[in-house]
Parts: sequence; structure tokens; C-alpha cells
Amino acid sequence: MERFVIAALVENKYGVLTRVAGLFMRKGFNIDSLTVGETEDPNFSRITITLTGDDNDKEQLINQLKKLHNVKSVRHIKEKQSLERELVLIKIKNTTQNRSELLAVTEIYRAKIVDYSLKTICVAMTGKPSKINAFIEIVRPLGIVELCRTGVAALERTDIL
Amino acid sequence: MEKEKKILTGSQIVIEALIEQGVTDVFGYPGGQVLNIYDELYKASDRINHYLTAHEQGASHAADGYARATGKTGVVIATSGPGATNLVTGIATAMLDSIPMVAITGNVPTSLIGKDSFQEINITGITMPITKHNYFVTKVEELADTIREAFQIAKSGRPGPVLIDIPKDVQIASCEFENKKPVVTFKQKKADIKDIKKAVELINKAKKPYIYIGGGAISADVSKEVKKLAEKIDGFIGSTFMGLSAIENSYKRFLGMQGMHGHYASSLANKEADLIIGIGMRFSDRATGKVSKYAKNAKIIHLDIDLSEINKNVKCDAGIIGDIKYSIEEILKLCKAQKHPEWTETVTKLKEEGAAINKIAEAENKNALTPKKMFDIINSVKDSNTVIATDVGQHQMWTAQYTDFEKSRKLVSSGGLGTMGFGLGAAIGASIGSGNKTVLITGDGSFGMNLNELATAVTYNTPVTIVIMNNGVLGMVRQWQTLFFGKRYSNTVLERKTDFVKLADAFGMKGKRVSDAKEFEAAFKEAFKAKAPYLIDAVIDMDEFVLPMLPPGGSIDDIITTVKKTED
Repeated sequence: MERFVIAALVENKYGVLTRVAGLFMRKGFNIDSLTVGETEDPNFSRITITLTGDDNDKEQLINQLKKLHNVKSVRHIKEKQSLERELVLIKIKNTTQNRSELLAVTEIYRAKIVDYSLKTICVAMTGKPSKINAFIEIVRPLGIVELCRTGVAALERTDIL
Repeated sequence: MEKEKKILTGSQIVIEALIEQGVTDVFGYPGGQVLNIYDELYKASDRINHYLTAHEQGASHAADGYARATGKTGVVIATSGPGATNLVTGIATAMLDSIPMVAITGNVPTSLIGKDSFQEINITGITMPITKHNYFVTKVEELADTIREAFQIAKSGRPGPVLIDIPKDVQIASCEFENKKPVVTFKQKKADIKDIKKAVELINKAKKPYIYIGGGAISADVSKEVKKLAEKIDGFIGSTFMGLSAIENSYKRFLGMQGMHGHYASSLANKEADLIIGIGMRFSDRATGKVSKYAKNAKIIHLDIDLSEINKNVKCDAGIIGDIKYSIEEILKLCKAQKHPEWTETVTKLKEEGAAINKIAEAENKNALTPKKMFDIINSVKDSNTVIATDVGQHQMWTAQYTDFEKSRKLVSSGGLGTMGFGLGAAIGASIGSGNKTVLITGDGSFGMNLNELATAVTYNTPVTIVIMNNGVLGMVRQWQTLFFGKRYSNTVLERKTDFVKLADAFGMKGKRVSDAKEFEAAFKEAFKAKAPYLIDAVIDMDEFVLPMLPPGGSIDDIITTVKKTED
């Protein structure tokens, strides 16, 4: 079992996301994250899916996606040749005991404080999913009130030459 | 074709676009949200035939049967809400068996959508998993091209059903319409030569080749090519249930159906083979049994138009994605002509073993009206153009085992979904489409589900001969209860008092009850001659089993060839 990222270019039309999500349900794929948004061409959206499975799962997912009429192209985004980013917003308790540590961790991880109140501090961070996982574990003992991750957005790198 | 632009309403566009696609027959049932379309059907009745069924489900099966028997795309029309939901089983049946169908439903006006209006249902949402694609049309300007695209999708690649939901206001609105030449299918993919070469290498090395065809061999019309391949590599041909009729049963290299209730020689040869060439099939669980034990000694080549079928159910050694006609032709060009006398000897022996098992069974049932005897009679009376339709259950498997098919597209039956109640509607559609006599083989259980369509057969005087193999029980489920549930016959004994002859009479058609072979032969001959629907209620023993049987989840090593009769 390994984690892989699939990018699908789909027509920006009513119901397309439901078709893609419905496909995962009826084929029994358990997805880790799914992001969707318009591309440089407003006629198309890009859906980025991360999934844990074996090579068979990967092949089936790609082949099944290709069969959907609104799906224009499907690509497996290989980790080494791609850029992956995710955004997380974490609301953490604001107390005299944890404040200085939270500020320090935020600084070290190059995260950003986006909201400050007497009760909570909200931190935003972008990065690879692994960095976000690490950050969440670091701040967990400080008292997470709520958190929200966007899921992965990914693009392939362009060769230097 | 005239090029002038006309201003038409949405419902007129529906009719014109259907005619443009070459549609001559549609099945359906009117209702509130398709009144406009039905009004146009009325005006266009000299250009397009509409067949009114008793129930929308029957209409959907009729469109399906029409498509199976002709190869054309079946069309069904229904109203919103319950009309649309009644199509669901029919659409799913077509989806699982890859049958080209276009379903057109009306819906409430767009201004009422989402308000739980009277007879409003989100049918595109409901049918998303059971269609190849579906549409909710919101602009009349998009309607014509949507219908054109729907027909293309239904027929292209691996065929399947497409649904178009048209709100009432779109049917009423008007726009410019211009006839276009129909594009039948998108360009079919052609296989990669590298994959073909890999397959040829495996074929040249094989000593015991087995060609395993499925429904794709019928939809791609490759019966001739498959036979040529079998001749050239000196192999044998087996079939899935869906592949039956693609190769005539009399062909000496054809071994019959393989799988759970397959022909003995075909299933055993599949096990013995060192190379299985799957063509237009999908290695379903009914074909393979336990996958880990399936074809352990064989290399597998898999040819299919649908890329997602390759490596889906079984891992193959060479996967060839693309139009199977092209793929087989390329393989034929490159592979060596071969001779495998030992393989022929093995298969001949298996055929003899199978025949011996059959003989024992026949000897036990000298006097009774057995399924085997019934099919011997049917085979001797029917002609090569007769379409055999079935419902689902024991009678369906007996049809698969005993019918002598002489031409492709002569079996109309629900394989993948296994839809009881499919048969009567489908038989009517098949007869209308093919213009030929259709024989429906059904059971008293299946027939009870949608017998209302007798009304349709009578209305259109469709020459359907209905043979009810009446054993008073839900035979297939009961067979499983006998074998795997300690003969606890939970809800499979039908203590009904239905008089099918009177029923036929009430619907306005002829019916006869028979209980021995002589009576059956006489009745079937009379029914077959009749230019009208005819029902035969044939009483058979409830302890007739479908054999051989590979138990579910088992393998060929677990084959059951005899079962002791239950004592009373």
C-alpha cells in the first residue's frame, strides 16, 4: 500500500464532481483527499485526488476515471517530479502557559498567525502534507480546538532544460 | 438531407433528432411531464412508431430486447417521478450487459425543480451509477446536440445506456433546428502493436489454447474472426453466458458456456488450458469462481474495448485494449498456424465425459417432462432466426445449456444484473425489432413479476411464444437451499393458485397447459405457427436441478454433477 496522487482535468459543468465522487463510492475506493477548482481555462476544472492503495487500485482508479464522459485527461502525479501543497488552518487554545511555545513553533514552521483572540489563536500554514502532519502533531499538546485541511493541490514540475 | 433551418419546439426537436438518428421504434408510457413529446409523437406517427407498454419497466426491457436482437440503440420514453424511477431496473440491466439504450424522461419545469413538486424526482442523480452518461437539459438550444451525443455515447466503445432528462419548459421553448448527418460512434480505439506482439508470442508458445468469448464478441460482430483464430491456432472456444449465440452450437470447436453452470467440457477445458484468450468479456465471478484458483496453469490474454476491464478481475499476461475486431485481425496476421493433436484428444475426452453425465440424468427421467426434453423439442421446431428470450433462474441456465443457437443475437437475457421480470418486455421488444418469432422461456416466479406486459403483446399482436417452465417454486434459490441451506425452503415454495391458461384468456390470447413431452410438442408446434402471442404453461418437477454447478466462491475442482432427489 502506498500513497499516490492523481490529477484529472474535467469539464467545468454541473454535476461533474458528483460523478467523480460517485465513481469512488461505487468502486469502493477510499480516498484520502480531494480538491477541485477552476483552471486557467474556465471551461475546465482540475480535480486532485490522493489515495492509499496498491498498483491495482491505482490502475483501476485511473482507468475508471478515463471512462467518465466529462473527464478529459487523467494523470498519475509522481511524487519526485511534482509540487504538492496543502493549506491547514488550526485554531489553538490561547493560554499564558502555551502562548510562547505556540509563537515559537509558528515561527520555526514558517506558519502564520491569521487570527488572535483572548481565547484562541488561529494559525495558517501551507506545505507538503508530510510537513502539515508534523506541524499538527507538534501543536496537538498545546490544545487544538478545531482544524481544517484543504487537501492536496499538485502540479508536475517542468524540466529545467 | 435538407439544410434549411427551422424554428422548432423542444418536443419537436426530440422527435426530429430521434428520426435523424435513424430511430423507427420507441417504447414508452405517457404522463404529465411528457405530454408535449407525446403530442409530437402523435403528429409524427407516420414516421416513428411508439409502442405503449403496461408499465415503464416493461418499456425499458422492451427497448433493451430491441437493442439486443437488432444491434440498434433501443429508445424508451417515460414521464417524471414514478415514470422515471420505473425505468431504473431496465437501465441497470442494460448497463450491466453493455446494451446501447437511450432513455428520455420528462421533468417538472426548471422553475419548479428542487421544490419537491408533484412527480418531481432527480432521475439524473438516481441513474448516475447505472448509466454510461446522463444529461439534465436546461436550455432548448442544447437539446439537439445533447440527443446526438447521447446516441454516440450509447454506441461507442463499450455500449451502454444514456439518460436524457428534459424539463417541461425546455420541451415547450423553441429555437432554431438544423438537421445534421448522424455520427454513429466516436472513433474506436485501435490496439497497440506492442501488446499484439506480446500476445502473439504467448499464442505461438501455447499447446492448449482456449478462446473465451463474451458479449463483446456479439456487439463487435467478431464471430467469423474468432472462428478463424480457433482454426489457425487449433484451439477451442468457450463462451460466457453473455457470449452465447455468437458462435453456432454446431461448430465443432465450440464447447459451450463456461462457468458456474457451464457445459462440462467447456469448464473443464478452461481449467486444462495453458492459454486463455479472453475476447470481449470480463472474467466475472460467475465465470471464474474463486479468482485465486482460476486458470492457475494458464497464461491469460485479454482483448477488450474497455481499458478498465484489463486486470480488473483477473491479472492478465497480455492486455490488448481496443476494437477487438481489429485486434483479432492483427493477431491472425502475425501468429503461426499450429496443430495440437494432444489438446484435441483431451477435449474430445472431456466432451465424451460430459455426454455420459447427461445420459445418466436422462435415463433417470424417462417419463417426466424434463427441461432437456423440452429444449430438444424447441430446437427441432424453431428456425435459425428465432430469438430466444429468457427471464432469470433455472430456466435461464437450461436455456443456456440446451438451446442450439445458429446465429448471433438470438439470445436475449439479463446476464449481469440477473433481472427477474426482464423476459416478457424484452421478448416483445426483440420480436418488434427483429421482425421474427420470439420464444420466451420463463419460470412461474419470474413471469409473475411483469406478466402485465401480456397486454402489450396482445395489443400489438406480437408473435411471442411464452413457455412457462412451471415448477411451483423459485427453483434456483430453492436449488441453493437444497445444496447449501439444509433443505430449509424459506419462501421459495409458491403456494399460488394462478391459472395461467385463464390468465392468457383474460388478456385476450391463447394459452395451453401441458404436462408431458407429447403435449408440449403439440402445443409448441401450434404456438410457433401462430402469428400471435401464445402461452404454454408447462408443468415440470420442482426437483430438476441445473447441473453441472460450481458452488459460489468455489472452483472447478468443486464441480457438482449429480444431486440426489429429495424424498417426500
